[in-house]
Amino acid sequence: MLLLTLLFLPLFSAIVLQFLSGELVKKIALFLSLIPLGLSLYMAFNFNCPCMDGQLAFNQPWIESLGVNFNLLLDGTSLLLVLLTTVLTPLIILSSFKHDYENPSRLYALIAAMQFGLLGVFLAHDCFLFYVFWEIALIPVYFICGIYGGEGKEKVTLKFFIYTILGSLFMLVGILYVYSKSKFGADFSYEAIVASGSALSISEQTFVFVMFFLAFAIKMPIFPLHTWQPDTYTVSPTVGTMLLSGIMLKMGVFGAIKWLKHIAPDAFIAYAPYVVVLSVIGIVYASILAIQQSDAKRLVAYSSIAHVGLIAAGVFVNSNLGSEGAVVQMINHGINVVGMFFILDIIERRTKTREIASLGGIINSAPIFAVFFVIIMLGNIALPLTNGFVGEFMLLKSVYDFNVWLGALAGLSVILGAVYTLRTYQRVMLGDSNALTATFPEVTTSEIIVLLVISFLVILLGVFPQVVLQLI
Amino acid sequence: MANYIFFIPLLPLLGFIINGLLGKKMPKSIVGTIGTLTMVLAFSLVVYTFFTSEGQNYHFLYSFIDTPYLKVPFEFLVDPLSITMMLIITGVGTLIHLYSTAYMHEDEGFYRYFAYLNLFVFFMLLLVLGANYVIMFIGWEGVGLCSYLLIGFWFKNQNYNDAAKKAFIVNRVGDLGFLLGMFLLMDATKSNNLDYKEVFGFFKSNSEIVGTGTITAITLLLFIGATGKSAQIPLYTWLPDAMAGPTPVSALIHAATMVTAGIYMIVRSNVLFMLAPDTLLIIAIIGVATALFAATIGLFQNDIKKVLAYSTVSQLGYMFLALGVGAFSSGLFHVMTHAFFKALLFLGAGSVIHAMHHEQDIRVMGGLSKKLPITHLTFLIGTLAIAGIPGFSGFFSKDAILAFVFQSSPVLWGLGVVGAIMTAFYMFRLYFLTFWGKFRGTHEQEHHLHESPLAMTLPLIILAVLSIGGGFLNLGEVFGGSALLDKYLEPVFVVPTNYHAEVHHLSHSTEWILMAVSVGAILAAIIFAYTQYGSGKNVPVADDKISGIQKVIYNKYYVDELYDAVIVKPLYALSTFGHRILDNTIIDGLVNSFGKVVYVSSDYVRRIQTGNTSFYILLMVIGSVVLLAFNLVIK
Amino acid sequence: MDSVIKLIPLNNYIYLSFAIFAIGVLGVLTRRNAIVVFMSIELMLNSVNLLLSAFSAYSGDGAGQVFVFFIMAVAAAEVAVGLAIIVLLFRNTNSVDINVLKRLKW
Repeated sequence: MLLLTLLFLPLFSAIVLQFLSGELVKKIALFLSLIPLGLSLYMAFNFNCPCMDGQLAFNQPWIESLGVNFNLLLDGTSLLLVLLTTVLTPLIILSSFKHDYENPSRLYALIAAMQFGLLGVFLAHDCFLFYVFWEIALIPVYFICGIYGGEGKEKVTLKFFIYTILGSLFMLVGILYVYSKSKFGADFSYEAIVASGSALSISEQTFVFVMFFLAFAIKMPIFPLHTWQPDTYTVSPTVGTMLLSGIMLKMGVFGAIKWLKHIAPDAFIAYAPYVVVLSVIGIVYASILAIQQSDAKRLVAYSSIAHVGLIAAGVFVNSNLGSEGAVVQMINHGINVVGMFFILDIIERRTKTREIASLGGIINSAPIFAVFFVIIMLGNIALPLTNGFVGEFMLLKSVYDFNVWLGALAGLSVILGAVYTLRTYQRVMLGDSNALTATFPEVTTSEIIVLLVISFLVILLGVFPQVVLQLI
Repeated sequence: MANYIFFIPLLPLLGFIINGLLGKKMPKSIVGTIGTLTMVLAFSLVVYTFFTSEGQNYHFLYSFIDTPYLKVPFEFLVDPLSITMMLIITGVGTLIHLYSTAYMHEDEGFYRYFAYLNLFVFFMLLLVLGANYVIMFIGWEGVGLCSYLLIGFWFKNQNYNDAAKKAFIVNRVGDLGFLLGMFLLMDATKSNNLDYKEVFGFFKSNSEIVGTGTITAITLLLFIGATGKSAQIPLYTWLPDAMAGPTPVSALIHAATMVTAGIYMIVRSNVLFMLAPDTLLIIAIIGVATALFAATIGLFQNDIKKVLAYSTVSQLGYMFLALGVGAFSSGLFHVMTHAFFKALLFLGAGSVIHAMHHEQDIRVMGGLSKKLPITHLTFLIGTLAIAGIPGFSGFFSKDAILAFVFQSSPVLWGLGVVGAIMTAFYMFRLYFLTFWGKFRGTHEQEHHLHESPLAMTLPLIILAVLSIGGGFLNLGEVFGGSALLDKYLEPVFVVPTNYHAEVHHLSHSTEWILMAVSVGAILAAIIFAYTQYGSGKNVPVADDKISGIQKVIYNKYYVDELYDAVIVKPLYALSTFGHRILDNTIIDGLVNSFGKVVYVSSDYVRRIQTGNTSFYILLMVIGSVVLLAFNLVIK
Repeated sequence: MDSVIKLIPLNNYIYLSFAIFAIGVLGVLTRRNAIVVFMSIELMLNSVNLLLSAFSAYSGDGAGQVFVFFIMAVAAAEVAVGLAIIVLLFRNTNSVDINVLKRLKW
């Protein structure tokens, strides 16, 4: 029941928030988002305790004629992603406090609905259910970007929506194909789908692999299916960008680890090397492209492609080290990228620009802000004792084990990451102030709370990576 | 009892946290006291360890990474090597902290400075204390970060920030080599950890399982890491630029400690390097090439810190030369003496710059000996030490290296002596131009000239004493000494006996002759420098008047420009090209073209909807007829 | 007693109703006057009626002729509705040209 409560709390919040109005909405939204956080933390701390027996799974027939069960399962990996979702959602809500969005109750309801979909994706242990949540998660973020986005939002959001839904439909085809070939009768349960998928011949598996892969690869995104991403990240309101980059793209990686790898195991082994090559190309490609971006948000979007490329490579090298590294890095990337986007949001809100070239010298008027920027930046470039390091080390090692040259190539991200991150930091924060940044106000309390939590996580998970590693 | 070891790195960390969080609100005197006090305490603990610790002791703190596929314990190794390095780091570090309390006193970022400096010491101690390569790497990157923060300490100046960024990125190039070296090492040992104990144990007993090629590859990759951190060809270009930071930082990080991390790494991995003679040869060649190359650039520099920077690069070359011929403990000996005299020289330079109100050009100095007597005297001692005048520490360590090198290759020895001659020349050129002759600056500057306060001169005096006496810590047998440092470090090395035995083939008379040759040449260089610059009349000309080869050298052989043209510019161009053409036009164009196809074809298809009823009926009729006909054909 | 219908061979009925049907189709396709189009539709309906009665008589099954009555009843209703539409059309546009009514398109 605990799981069910955890899952439906955000939906409940969404409904409640929808009917509220007035100044208090923000605070109520924040409060409501703290409940799932508390619940998931409680579950995390008692994860290995016998008192949790029977609480980590939930199974109830849903559509019996089709063999659909409302089956939820919380294992180590999904626990981490659930925690990521429940930790980041309050931060994302808090980060929007300084914005005056039109009709805020709708926005917060959408965020809560989004959380519902995301939790569902991470918890679903039934293929049908997984697909349902997969699509549910897309709808709120579409509205968040489409309603609250910046210039050109209609076009960009439409492209994002069509692109991702196209991928999802491919996955649906794959699911139905495996389902129709099932020898267990009508059964969508994880075990049945996996058994049926892995019993297929290699050519059938190839088909299934491609179908699922397209959905996951578009979501992550893997080069060259990434072009929706920089536009969407740039145009979306910061909350939307944070939801997309911080949590939603993890759906793709999670899907690859939990579903793709097991449904089409032979095809996975056969075709994963190509995916690794694509991912590594993506790492270098996105890192190089990030260097000369003039829009800071776009730059972080490209850096995110590079980071996720490494995570994807770790998944598809198909080694234990790679999978572990991928899970660790998913968490860390979620934290860091939300931090980066929040920092850019603070800058954009105060200076009304994201153009790197027109900024500079912010450190002179906002030294505390600069400290947070440095910490999160260091996490982003995977400096040891920040959270990025352990995951990057494990992932690079796993890619290296897979192929020496690919490992070396992926390692270029170590250098290129430093190039674009430090360049941005230097041009935005350092030097003399200009007219735009001279009166840059120092961060306020609510901003400090968000930055403090993120910085704390960056350092905590960097110094004690076992906190995460022991759960995998 | 053993747990006090953890306080050695934790004390500076504590200083960093206190100063970093609260420093802004505290008076400068307290900030400086905290920063220095943590160092003093750490140094005392190291000294205590030095006297009590025996052999190799492992101190386990906690499991950093603990999975079946990768195990990294946060563990410290206390052995003679790490104790030696710690003594240098905390010892010199304490003096430089003390010096900084006065040097940085006017700076508004005082607390920030001390926080960074303490953090640096923390990471540096991790680097040398770590009991596996990952912990070393943590320190390795951490000191890089602190170096970045301190080079760009005066962040309003974008040139300084560029220098900081360059240092970090060039270091990262080396770090990638280090990282890949670690991966290959794990591969080769088929192990899930990088503990020294395990790795070295493996190679001591099973080196034949791993091919020579693999070992060479591992060591070369590690060496790439070392070239980055220790500023060797081809990754040395960041170090001269790094002089943008405050002068005590240059003394601590970019002369005495951080840049010697590469040497420490190779000495620590001597088990591996001894198995890879090819790598050792490459190290020796790179070392001597760097020593000469940097020395030639140093000949014509006019910035007091730039001269010292190139001399640092050059001296680091000597250390690598020593490692390349297998003289690990001599290399480390030079690390130690170099830490003394180069820290002394930098701090002396800092004292001069302090007195000159942040003027660094030696062309407008001169005659400072009377106004800054203590600085002058200590600087002279440092200069004599680096030049290799007998009796001073630099002489003993350089001589030890050259003796080993001669053993290995007389050609390399010759090149090493040439480097030493150049070193003596440019150092004395610097000395004469700064302290002798008449003052060439403005009247205002002359009016303000003053000796530095005690907090600055005391470290100078202590370092001067060490620069003289440091050599006697490892007095070779040829001088009737007993090579204390060599003996102390002996347990660290895998095959010390071989190499020491070989050197004993060198008879004492040969050693004396070699010494006489090099000392004679150095003295000649000093005399030449005196004739050129001793009078103070022959001042180097302004930048735009030099020409020919001198101009090329003055501009550092245009290596920076070369890197800029070959690597930086193409990378930027590639980035722009990739963004505009590849991403926006080709890949995204392809995606958008799917949309366009649908869009355009719908534009054609919709024209069928004419709105004309009879046309619809016609289509219906045609459709029915076709259906019927089709039905007939099928039948 | 054989039906009068059987005096004429079945094929002839088929030919005739095909011809009438074709005339109706052509009329609908080519004429623009709504009333003529309407009459053409009636032609088509009646050709089918004719064929239905013929087949019904030849196969001795009364169901076909029942259908014919149905069709006639429906056609009568349809004429009433259709003519009403045409009258409205004429009132609004002062014409019974069906090509005026082609606004329902892209």
